[in-house]
Amino acid sequence: MPDLTVNGQRHALDAPVGRSLADFLRDDLGLTGTKIACYEGHCGSCTVLVDGIPTLSCITLAHVLEDREITTIEGLRDHAMMDAFVRTDAVQCGFCTPGQVVSAVALVEANASPSRDEIRHAMAGNLCRCGTYPKIEEAIATWRD
Amino acid sequence: MARLIRTEKEVEGQYEEVWLVVEEDPLDQWPAGPGDVVGRPAQRVDGRDRASGTARYTADITLPGMLHAAIVRSPYARASVKRFDATAALGMPGVRAVLAPGELERLVPAPGYQGQPVAAVAADSYGLARAAVDALDVEWEVREPLLDPEEAVRRESFVSAPKRYSRGDVARGFAQADVVIEAEYRTQSVLHNAFEPHQSICEWVDDELHVYTSTQFIWGVRNELAENLGLPADKVRIVCEYMGGGFGAKNGAGTHTYVAAELAKRTRRPVRCALTRHEENLDTGNRNATIQKLRAGARGDGTLVALQGEYIAAVGWSGWLAPTAGPMQILYACDNVETVEYGAKLNTPPMAAFRAPGFAEGTFGLECLLDEVAAKLDLDPLELRRRNHADADPKDERPFSSKNLIECYRRADAHWARRDDVRARSEGPWKHGVGVASQIWYGAGGPPSYAWVRVGSDGRAQVITAMQDIGTGSRTAMAQIAAEELGLPLDRVAVALGDSARGPYASISAGSSTIPSMGPAVRAAAADAARQIVEIAAQRYHKEERTLSLKGGSVVCSDGGAWPLEAVVGVMEAGQILGKGARGPNPAGMQTLTFGVHVAEVAVDVETGEIRVARVAAIHDVGRIVNPLGASSQVEGGVIQGIGHTLSETRLLDPGTGAVLTRSLDAYKLPTIADVPEIVAEFVDQPDAHLTNLGSKGLGEPPIVPVAAAIANAIRDATGADVRSLPITREEMLRALDEARRREHEREQVPA
Repeated sequence: MPDLTVNGQRHALDAPVGRSLADFLRDDLGLTGTKIACYEGHCGSCTVLVDGIPTLSCITLAHVLEDREITTIEGLRDHAMMDAFVRTDAVQCGFCTPGQVVSAVALVEANASPSRDEIRHAMAGNLCRCGTYPKIEEAIATWRD
Repeated sequence: MARLIRTEKEVEGQYEEVWLVVEEDPLDQWPAGPGDVVGRPAQRVDGRDRASGTARYTADITLPGMLHAAIVRSPYARASVKRFDATAALGMPGVRAVLAPGELERLVPAPGYQGQPVAAVAADSYGLARAAVDALDVEWEVREPLLDPEEAVRRESFVSAPKRYSRGDVARGFAQADVVIEAEYRTQSVLHNAFEPHQSICEWVDDELHVYTSTQFIWGVRNELAENLGLPADKVRIVCEYMGGGFGAKNGAGTHTYVAAELAKRTRRPVRCALTRHEENLDTGNRNATIQKLRAGARGDGTLVALQGEYIAAVGWSGWLAPTAGPMQILYACDNVETVEYGAKLNTPPMAAFRAPGFAEGTFGLECLLDEVAAKLDLDPLELRRRNHADADPKDERPFSSKNLIECYRRADAHWARRDDVRARSEGPWKHGVGVASQIWYGAGGPPSYAWVRVGSDGRAQVITAMQDIGTGSRTAMAQIAAEELGLPLDRVAVALGDSARGPYASISAGSSTIPSMGPAVRAAAADAARQIVEIAAQRYHKEERTLSLKGGSVVCSDGGAWPLEAVVGVMEAGQILGKGARGPNPAGMQTLTFGVHVAEVAVDVETGEIRVARVAAIHDVGRIVNPLGASSQVEGGVIQGIGHTLSETRLLDPGTGAVLTRSLDAYKLPTIADVPEIVAEFVDQPDAHLTNLGSKGLGEPPIVPVAAAIANAIRDATGADVRSLPITREEMLRALDEARRREHEREQVPA
């Protein structure tokens, strides 16, 4: 049986081929911090990191990720970005927020001081229906404060 | 003392006469301005839970033995089921039950819109349920759908009788007018698309129905289910601790809840019924499209002397007639007003309340019309609005409990004054301009609503009420209000909500009513607890009660003594102080509304029709602001949703079949972070002296109301073109530019 590394821990991938990473995380591992809002790769709510790259877990198959490092929102709870989102009120209903935080972490890990344009470019795939965008931009622009 | 009164209750602009038991509201309001906690920016008390994914939404709950339901939906806008055979589906592994057409009132054999539920399946997994749906043998008889709202009005196909309103004499008013402007405006159907899809898990525990659901109204769902399922209300328990957005589409139980309840009953197992994103776009309601034929008559000085509107709302198969004519009736002081509203019954998905239903659409028409009047009279649009200010409710002359719209206009001056600078930025094909639009909406809230406050011997407090926080920050606001009253820091107040079995009745989170309905009840409960703490302290320290108050986590005495709260109540050991509070009545004989004004700055490429919104200043008067940080987020969210409504969002129907073409978040264009302008949120922040012990009105809906009109008016300022149809696509923009050019050309042809 293949196994997957999630947040530094190895897990047996005891699921039929074709299982999405999102379902594996939520239903098999109980890591429900990753949210599913569209299940077809359009909204960004299910974003996780695969080797540090933001990845849509709802349209990624679990079985192709052997030997890769998967990081979910549960693995980023001590990251300074979390504080930045809470401090700047970059949370409304919160359903898209874990995915926003994951994308934001990927951005600042690659570029610690992104410009406003770079933030907008990197975050444009994470939709938010409540319209928290100004606060998300603020959170990322001030994440180390 | 509790009093029984007969009163008018308003939700989302719908009024009904009800009996209400109301309790006195004897507390004086806090002074205006920031207190120790209320009126100061607060981080969300549940911000970390939501951001870190520890918050448990309905979507995250799994019960032992839980089955998954899938709904069978009509592929046709108007059809009937000729044959329904579930034999093959029921023979599939893991399939546990099928509900055939007609087995539930909401599963209909003759659907009236594409996507209407006709049957349902329960299976061990969602995938198996979906496969069983595909295996059902259904034969349809398809009929011609009615899709055109104007044709529906001609055929008198209405969801309810047309609503007519008039005051004064519009014919005489138009006769007195120096200018008359006539225009037709159209708004499109837009979809809520809250990110947590509609869903419920139903479980029967003995004869009790437990429902975990994503809802804006725990108690409404409880009462609705009890009534329709023939259960005593206390046998229905509703749980919604965290909720992923609603915007008006989650006010009722919804078919998915009835399906889950029935399948759970038949299978004796818990059943989840969750909608997919495509189902969200098909059958969870929408802001209905409108056609608005409007006329305004004004004197040379801008005084409005007549307003007339004929409104057609494309309501769909069912729904209600949202008050699209409302802004025309109440925004301005005009003696002669006549409106008629038709609610077209069509073979299209039903409408549902969507953030200021009716008013967002109606304000677009009215406020664009007003700017066309201003242009004709060569008057300053902001000045025109000042001159027509209504000092009392124009419908019945009732005084307003508070109204600071003139102050909003005064604050708008600074943003309006940027006009010359903004216009001067025009370069090449890019034309820049500034537009203004006023906002009016409800937001008074009302009784009944109740809360309890518990203070333990550790000196910490807990607010208990069975309300919901749909993402607006209600939990935080309630904690702030209790903290202020108890003289505690915010981190010593917790809020327990989201379970009808574990707290008293609480208001709907719709109609901008959570803070104005719940806030005063929470404050009353905290005050009841504070009174008891003072009584204990007076006895323990031999002081007179009138010399004691709660501040900074202590009981303080006017003689300088102070004792930490935990020391005072520590004597209780396991005992607890329990305070209870109720929402008092709204002020009698007064009208309570919310007000505001937006100033938008746009740039238009007149060659391609591309529109960019550069800046929106939003100034609102909603009484006392409890949390300025959360309030600014509400305004930003409303403005951004408004920008989507104005420029990109539209539900497209196939004009021949009535099929919904925009079912994904790829096809249905929500604003992204890259579409967001600079947004400046300002509040008058004056408590409404007549409204409750808090003086706060609601803020959820006001910020979306004037957005479309302010942007359209800015486009007119930039280009001279009258855009009259939402969304303002490039096609609509180029059409309007073309019309403006033609008008200009004709003017040049007329000999002087």
